[in-house]
Amino acid sequence: MAQELENKVAAEEVSAAESVPPEISEREPESVPVNEADNGSDNNKESLSEKKKREKEKVDYLEIMKDGLWKKNPTLVQLLGMCSTLAVTTSLLNGIALGLCTTVVLIFSNIFISLVRRVIPRQIRIASYIVIISSFVTVVEFIMKAYFHELNKSLGIFIPLIVVNCVILARAESFASRNSVLPSAADGLFMGLGFTLALALMGGVREILGNGTLLGLHIMPSGYVPTLLFITPAGAFMTLGLIIAVCSVFNKNKEK
Amino acid sequence: MDIKELLLLMFSAIFIENIVFSQFLGTCPFLGVSEKPVTALGMGLSVTFVITLSSAATWLVYHGILVPAGLEFLKTVAFILIIAALVQIIEMFLKRFIPALYQSLGIYLPLITTNCAVLGVALLNIQNDYSFIKSVVYGFSSAVGFMMAILIFAGVRERLKFTTPPAPFRGLPIALISAGLIVLAFMGFSGISLA
Repeated sequence: MAQELENKVAAEEVSAAESVPPEISEREPESVPVNEADNGSDNNKESLSEKKKREKEKVDYLEIMKDGLWKKNPTLVQLLGMCSTLAVTTSLLNGIALGLCTTVVLIFSNIFISLVRRVIPRQIRIASYIVIISSFVTVVEFIMKAYFHELNKSLGIFIPLIVVNCVILARAESFASRNSVLPSAADGLFMGLGFTLALALMGGVREILGNGTLLGLHIMPSGYVPTLLFITPAGAFMTLGLIIAVCSVFNKNKEK
Repeated sequence: MDIKELLLLMFSAIFIENIVFSQFLGTCPFLGVSEKPVTALGMGLSVTFVITLSSAATWLVYHGILVPAGLEFLKTVAFILIIAALVQIIEMFLKRFIPALYQSLGIYLPLITTNCAVLGVALLNIQNDYSFIKSVVYGFSSAVGFMMAILIFAGVRERLKFTTPPAPFRGLPIALISAGLIVLAFMGFSGISLA
């Protein structure tokens, strides 16, 4: 019984989440004045700060890019999304593939969450975000199955697990739910690219050292004996530790 | 379904294919909540609780509702909702009836929704075509494996506080490298063949 109920709720939430966005995108431009009217006496202050906010948003794209790619790199600095980072980076190709899948999901979920951010009640926001995210993940899963069968096989369970990649929920909560559509899309793009960059770095290092190849091509001298350790799970943890250490050296040099 | 098979499944899930060390599921809490053994134990216990229940719930929903209705492709969406709802229910239940336990486990519960181990185990159960009992046993023993992993790691990290590695390695990098060494030790189990 309980399961049936939950499923009903689930189905309703899914349909609600999917039917809302088109309406909202039309309502979007109007919702700001409504907000201001509600506040009555603070009207002027409110509109001023809104303007300021908007100006800030305009300037911030470069900052968003820097944050996503380096300063707040989701993997190397914020240490989010560790599971997929460690698991799929046995080769450069796998790393890039999962990174790009995550980027696609991140962009679309950021856009959608930003569109519906004023409609979702605070209490159930996490659940609604998860529904939105998992719908996009299902779409990506289908596309992978249809067009990239081999990759889909080697990434396996980690495609559906994009849903619980903390990077996506973290961006939804800390950025998309507070910003308008375009900055959210940009944030999704650059956070996703930052994530892809980190995965590519991990995958590249592990593939070169552990297999002597890069994207399947032999690049190490013929005498090189691959250090299998780097392909194993143990190597994953060590590689990530080393990369983070190297990054922190770079960051410290910059500060000086 | 005989007992021997289940015991082998348990042993394999805990030691040989440890969910953290060989499948990389649940690495986020493994790295995030392992600063002290006490908090690690709290997280481990909550995860055990949730994974065991969610293995049962997701199996029932998948085979009871999604398969007959031909909606297998919705499993990711359905499972994550079941898990989120389950976590919420457990949280409310603990708050109402066992406040003491809620005090100690409460802060970990919301984190569990986005713990990939929970969704991962639910998906693996379906992927491996486990029966209901096997799913629950697999879920429980994976979670025990998780608890063991996070406890060992928390113990190691506590000792790491008193060491002085080179500056760039301080904090997480050295912890990650020690995690690598622990994993290396656990790879010894992969030589065991269960026949």
